[in-house]
Formats: sequence, structure tokens, C-alpha cells
Amino acid sequence: MKKKLFNKDVQILQQKSNFTWQLRDNMTIVLFLLPAFIFLSIFLVYPIFRSAHYSLFNWNGMGPAVDYIGLENFKRLFTDRIFIKAVQNGILIIVFSLAIQLPLAMGLALIVGRNIPGRAFFRAVFFMPYVLSEVITAVMWLILYNPNPSRGFLNAVINIIPFLEPQAWLADTKLVLPAIFVVLTWKYIGLHMLLYITGLQNIPKDIEEAALIDGVNNRQMVTYITIPLLAGTIKTSVYLSILGSLQVYALVWIMTRGGPVNASEVMSTYMYRYSFVRFELGYGSAVAILMLLISLTFSIIYLRLTRQTEYLA
Amino acid sequence: MTINNTKTTNNFRKHLPVILKYCILIFTVLFILFPIVMVIFGALKTRGEFMTIPYIPPIPPRWGNIKRVLTMSIFWYMLRNSLLVMIATTTGVLIVASLSAFVFSRMKFRGQNLLFNFFTLGLMFPVTVAILPIFLVVRQMGLTNNLIGVILVQTAFQLSISIVILRNFFMAIPSELQDAASIDGCSTLRFFWYILLPLARPSLAAVAALTMVTSWNDLLVPLVLIDKEKLWTLPLGTMQFQGQYGMDLSLVAAFLLLSAIPALIFYLFAERQIVSGLTAGALKA
Repeated sequence: MKKKLFNKDVQILQQKSNFTWQLRDNMTIVLFLLPAFIFLSIFLVYPIFRSAHYSLFNWNGMGPAVDYIGLENFKRLFTDRIFIKAVQNGILIIVFSLAIQLPLAMGLALIVGRNIPGRAFFRAVFFMPYVLSEVITAVMWLILYNPNPSRGFLNAVINIIPFLEPQAWLADTKLVLPAIFVVLTWKYIGLHMLLYITGLQNIPKDIEEAALIDGVNNRQMVTYITIPLLAGTIKTSVYLSILGSLQVYALVWIMTRGGPVNASEVMSTYMYRYSFVRFELGYGSAVAILMLLISLTFSIIYLRLTRQTEYLA
Repeated sequence: MTINNTKTTNNFRKHLPVILKYCILIFTVLFILFPIVMVIFGALKTRGEFMTIPYIPPIPPRWGNIKRVLTMSIFWYMLRNSLLVMIATTTGVLIVASLSAFVFSRMKFRGQNLLFNFFTLGLMFPVTVAILPIFLVVRQMGLTNNLIGVILVQTAFQLSISIVILRNFFMAIPSELQDAASIDGCSTLRFFWYILLPLARPSLAAVAALTMVTSWNDLLVPLVLIDKEKLWTLPLGTMQFQGQYGMDLSLVAAFLLLSAIPALIFYLFAERQIVSGLTAGALKA
């Protein structure tokens, strides 16, 4: 009898404490998540809905938006030759990045690899541009690209080589995009190299050793073992590269303002010009919404497609 | 000899002679360092020297440009503003992100996955893409021309990546620790504060370093939100400065150098943290 009572007491006590624990945990969850939730709602989610709303108006940012024009802004956008040029340039930058920058980064990572003497030094130097701001980078390269051979280093070098003429790098509609791409490579190759080095370090040594015992040669090693095992890293690096290309802004704006004659226009400079220079905020909103949709769709599809195979821990 | 060296260590790369490797590496080093060296040269030359003999080392160095920038009050305003924004943003990100990361790594509740997807929304698109909507909202809040606006936006956009990084690190801390603590009567809050956070210090440092670099280098947010000269941050000021003094290249170079030095010093001391933050964030995202 006494024992039974005791058991019951314990049970009640336990229930009670479970209940208070539960309550306290729920409180913790809510309280801990609330700050981030508020930040993200105010500065990520709410602005997007506002912008989607404004994209349907002809609005210069002064007073309330009243001139409702439906999808007119988007129609204008899709028929604007400059915007189409901006999209093309964006695609070109992505293609350049994937075809040139990433293979170079991977090559460097394979060379710097695991145990070449001076590895730490090379790694530190290659990654250094990443910590310099895009503004500093852009102004630096403006100086190097100066068309006057006595000031711009590039043309000074070209002057020495016979048969080559100094070029107006950033004022030539054909050269401006490759010239900007060189700067992008300068700034971001270290980041990708770093990702690949990390990926290489995650490959278990025994796999390579086993392959060696089986008599695999170098080329086979790289193509059949190293690169497949780097698949996870490659996916990440491709993802960052594409998303990064979509947001290239400061470099282009400072170096060329999208010129000459829109030859280096990208979506973000186009959006900036219409929103903050011409103050066509309705139209700018439409551009912003379109860019958002592109980024989001790309992200979701890409992450879906690549989720199945995860080599990286 | 070179072949012998590589045979034992770099098994699959031995077909590429070591000399060739070093040639590639040194060429890349030159490519990377060259612009930086040019800026240093330029900063230490007079305007005339920079026009006539830009490529030889500045001997003797001329400190005139550096002095001129250092005596501009606007430079010190920018430095102060950048520091202020960076410190506030980093503090904000560390506090807000670690709270959320703790919940996502240590607790189970309904709708957890859905909510986590919401919290990582910021990974899906960069701040550039959303800058116009953000401007509209910040203007509505009356926080344009106010560093607080910049701090809030930067914090918001750094949250997603930081939560992902911290959550992964927190998950690596064994749950037995929490069980043991709770048996000893330690509340969830106390566990978070006294046990988890101290253990997670390296990951907090990585997140802090990553946030500091991002905030310090950010141009777009201050550019859009700040007009007043006295509130310019360094990147914004650098851009305006180059527009204003673009002709005087050696002065621009001095300005560039002085605004790059804090970042380079920081890099020197925190390379490991920046790198670990970046790779953790990128590879886990």
C-alpha cells in the first residue's frame, strides 16, 4: 500500500517535471528562433513581396504607387535589347567561369595539393585577393588597364612585343568583357582553389594507395579516381560560381558602368541604373523580381539535382 | 633527382616535372601580386613619378600621398564607420545565428525541417539581387542615412550561412554531454551558455571572421542606403574618392593602400579562421 502510493507520487512528480521541461524547451525554441526569424522576415521575405507588388506599377519612388500597369514592366523588360544584352553577358561570364576559371583553380589545387614545399605560402598568396574588396580590386585594375602605355602596365608590356598594338581595354566593346573576366578570375580563383584543396584533403589516402598497388598510372588516377571523388566539391564550386556570376556588380559598375555602349552590362548594373540612377522604381522592381526568380529557380533545381550524391562529409 | 622526389610522395602527378609546377605557381604568384605591388609603388611616388616611371621601385619612397590621405578627416570618418558597422554586424550575427543554430542542432520539434529551409533562404540568393526591395523597406523604416540600417541589412544577409556553419559544428558536439549536464540539473539555457558556446569557440571564430570580411568589403548596401559623406564606409568612400581624384593616380594608390591595409593585416592573423569559415559554409551548404 505504502509502496504503491510512493510509486504514484513519483509518477505524478515525473509527469509534472516532464511537463515543465517540455514547456521550458518550447519557450526556448521560440525565444531562440525569434530574433533570426524577425531579421529574415523583415529584410528578406517582406521586401520581396513589396517589390513584387511595385513591379506592377509605373512608379518613380515618390508618394504612393498608384499607376497600375499590370505586367507592362515585364513586357518592356523582355523586349529591351539592353536587358537581353545584360542576360547574354551574364551567361557569357558563367560560361567563362565554368570553362576557364574552375579548371584553372582545380589545376592549381592539384599542383599545390598536399605536400609541395612552400604550399602554405602559395595558398596564402592565391587566396589574398579574396579578402580585398571588389572596390579596391576594381580601382587597382583600372590603373593597370589604363590605355596610355606609359601608365597602364598591360599596354606597356604589349608595346614591347612586336606586332601588338596597345588596346583601350575597357573602352573596346569586344575586349571589355574578357578584360573584366580577367579581374574576376584574379579575385576569385583563390576561393575555388581553396575549396578544391579542402576537397582533396577529404579523399582518403588509402583509395589512392590501393589504386597505385593495382598499377594505375597518373592520368588514370586523376580521371578515374581524383576527379570523381571531387564531385561534391565540383558541384559546390559550380554552384558558387554561377550564383556569384549573377551578383557581379561592384567590379563592373566601377570599372565601366556597364559600358561602352552597354557592352559590359550585366543584370545587376541594369537593375541599379534603373532603380537608383533613373529612379524608375516600378521597372527596377520588375528587374529585381526577375533576378530573384532566376536565382531561386536555379538554386532549387541545382540543389535538387545534385543532392543524391554527396561525397563530402 | 626530381623524379625521385615525386615518385614517393606525389604519386599521380609525377608526370608533371616539379620545375614546370613551380613555373606555373610562380607565374600565378606574379599575376596575383602584381596589381598589389603596383599600388604600393604608386602610393610611394609623386604624381609626376607615377606618370613617367611607374614600374620601378619607389626609391626613395615619397610619403607625401600617404600623409595627405592621413590628414583628410573624411578618411578617418570612413575608417570609423567601417569599423563600427563591422563590429556591430559581427556581434549581431554571432548572437542571433548561434541562438538559432543551437535550436536546430539540439532540439526536436514539429516543422523543424520546414523552418530550417526558411532560415537558410538567404543562401538561395545574394544581397545584390534583393537590394532594391531592401532599399524600399529600409526607407520605409526611416533608416536610410543611418549606419543602423546598414548593420541590420548586413546582419540579416549573413544569418543563413552562419546558421548553417554553426549548426554543423554544434551537431558535432556529443549529445552525451547535454544528457550528463541535464542529469546534473543544468538547464538548457545554462548548457548553451556555459558548455556549448565555450566548446564551439573555433566555429564562432570562423563565423566571425567570415562576417567581418563580408561586412568590411560590402559596397552595395552602404552605397544604396547612405548619402551623407560623414557616414560613408571605406569601400563607398574609395569609390567616390577614385571618382573625385581619378586623375591623380598616386594619390588614389595611396588611398587604396591605406584602405587595404586593415584587410591585409586581418588576413595575416585570421587566415585560418576565414578559410575554415568559408570552406565549412560552402561545402556544407
